[in-house]
Amino acid sequence: MNVPENLRYTESHEWILVEGDTGTVGITEHAQAELTDIVFAEPPAIGKVFAAGDVAAVVESVKAASDIYTPVGGEIVARNEAIEKDPALLNTDPFGTGWIFKIRIANPSELDSLKDAAAYRAQIS
Amino acid sequence: MPHTALYSEHIAAGGRMVDFSGWQMPVQYSGILAEHKAVREAVGVFDISHMGEFRVRGAGAGAWLDSLLTNRVANLSSGEAQYSSMLNDEGGVLDDLIVYRLREEEFLLVVNASRIAKDASWLYAHHIEGVSLCDCSSDFAAIAIQGPKSPEVFQKLFSLPMPSERNRIVELGSTCRLALTTGYTGEDGFEWLMPHNEAAAAWHAAIDAGALPCGLGARDTLRLEMCYPLNGSDLSQDRTPLEAGLGFFVDLTKPSFPGKDVLVAQKTNGIPSRLTAVRVTADKAPPVRPHYPVWANGQKISETTSGALSPSLGYGIAMAYLPPELSEPGQPVEIEVRGRKFAAVVQKKPFYQKKP
Repeated sequence: MNVPENLRYTESHEWILVEGDTGTVGITEHAQAELTDIVFAEPPAIGKVFAAGDVAAVVESVKAASDIYTPVGGEIVARNEAIEKDPALLNTDPFGTGWIFKIRIANPSELDSLKDAAAYRAQIS
Repeated sequence: MPHTALYSEHIAAGGRMVDFSGWQMPVQYSGILAEHKAVREAVGVFDISHMGEFRVRGAGAGAWLDSLLTNRVANLSSGEAQYSSMLNDEGGVLDDLIVYRLREEEFLLVVNASRIAKDASWLYAHHIEGVSLCDCSSDFAAIAIQGPKSPEVFQKLFSLPMPSERNRIVELGSTCRLALTTGYTGEDGFEWLMPHNEAAAAWHAAIDAGALPCGLGARDTLRLEMCYPLNGSDLSQDRTPLEAGLGFFVDLTKPSFPGKDVLVAQKTNGIPSRLTAVRVTADKAPPVRPHYPVWANGQKISETTSGALSPSLGYGIAMAYLPPELSEPGQPVEIEVRGRKFAAVVQKKPFYQKKP
């Protein structure tokens, strides 16, 4: 199972890519495999403000709806409209074109409590 | 937890196992969407060994079943099957089932997995002299082969043409080995009953003949597109078969059967609700699931009993018991998902029309 080294991870299977003060968030390859065929995705509206651990998005497979928790707090600065039109991107390219939202990181110290690739790999193995 | 004779096959095929009515069953293998598509466009194979089978024999067997079930068994010729239901005294649906007439005086009932023990008790409670009843559920394994290419699979498996009519029985040497042109997907196909120890070989033969392993997930989306009710979701002991839209399988001209009086009264006075097909019309609406509130004219009027994003059609589909005056095709309603309401409309059943 692919777990890229350059990302940080949550226990609930989100990843975040940090670039400057912005984080790009999605779900892991492991998560999409567990969810199976994703048929609906609803990324958050731009301008919404969340605290770390808040439900920021929803993805749904044929069988179940799953909440997506933001790894860090901050304001939403971008949402991936492509996954609304083609939710299967979350299955086929979870670390790439299947990203869900970008958030302006309010408090960079929150990143310290996230897992690195090795710790997340241990969690799912 | 009990599992079927095909448990090892499910694991080997990558089946994702879940608890279904106390059985370990595969919800999917390759993916629900791919499996659904295989059944609509080619052919799939499902393990249905968890379902229950009862044998009913004897000179009075047909008349006895006619005194208990809603449909008219006397209309069946040997080698034919019919859909039916068993009701409580209030007319509520205890179970829906298929009655197969193997011989003039020999029947097989196929019932839902979750109901085997309760149906057996109910039938034994009504038992009469001259009729032999046997719960032979644990003797049988069964697989369903469904999809437009089912006749090719049938031919390969049995070197026989598949009957073109539905609800036909083909005996494969004995009444322990049966191919039945029934199913729960809306496609051509058959259900193959056999002794336990032959299940693995049958499963592999079906796959070798071109069928894709399919799980309960696809079975559910396929049947919902056809508006086939699921007992425990769309059918319940609080609703009659007339409310569930199963009037075609109820013969009120029979002298009596449990619940008949309530049904006769409903026929005269009208039904309080009707199981109705509702499709989502709102753009970008989330998938509909069971127990989502249904609104009309600003009031919550019901909740969905089944719901899904239709893999064949690409929009949300659901069934719900609605007041009759709000159940006509074209009636606008709303379905509430996570606190937001999405536009939907009542439509004629079924959602999906089989390709010619």
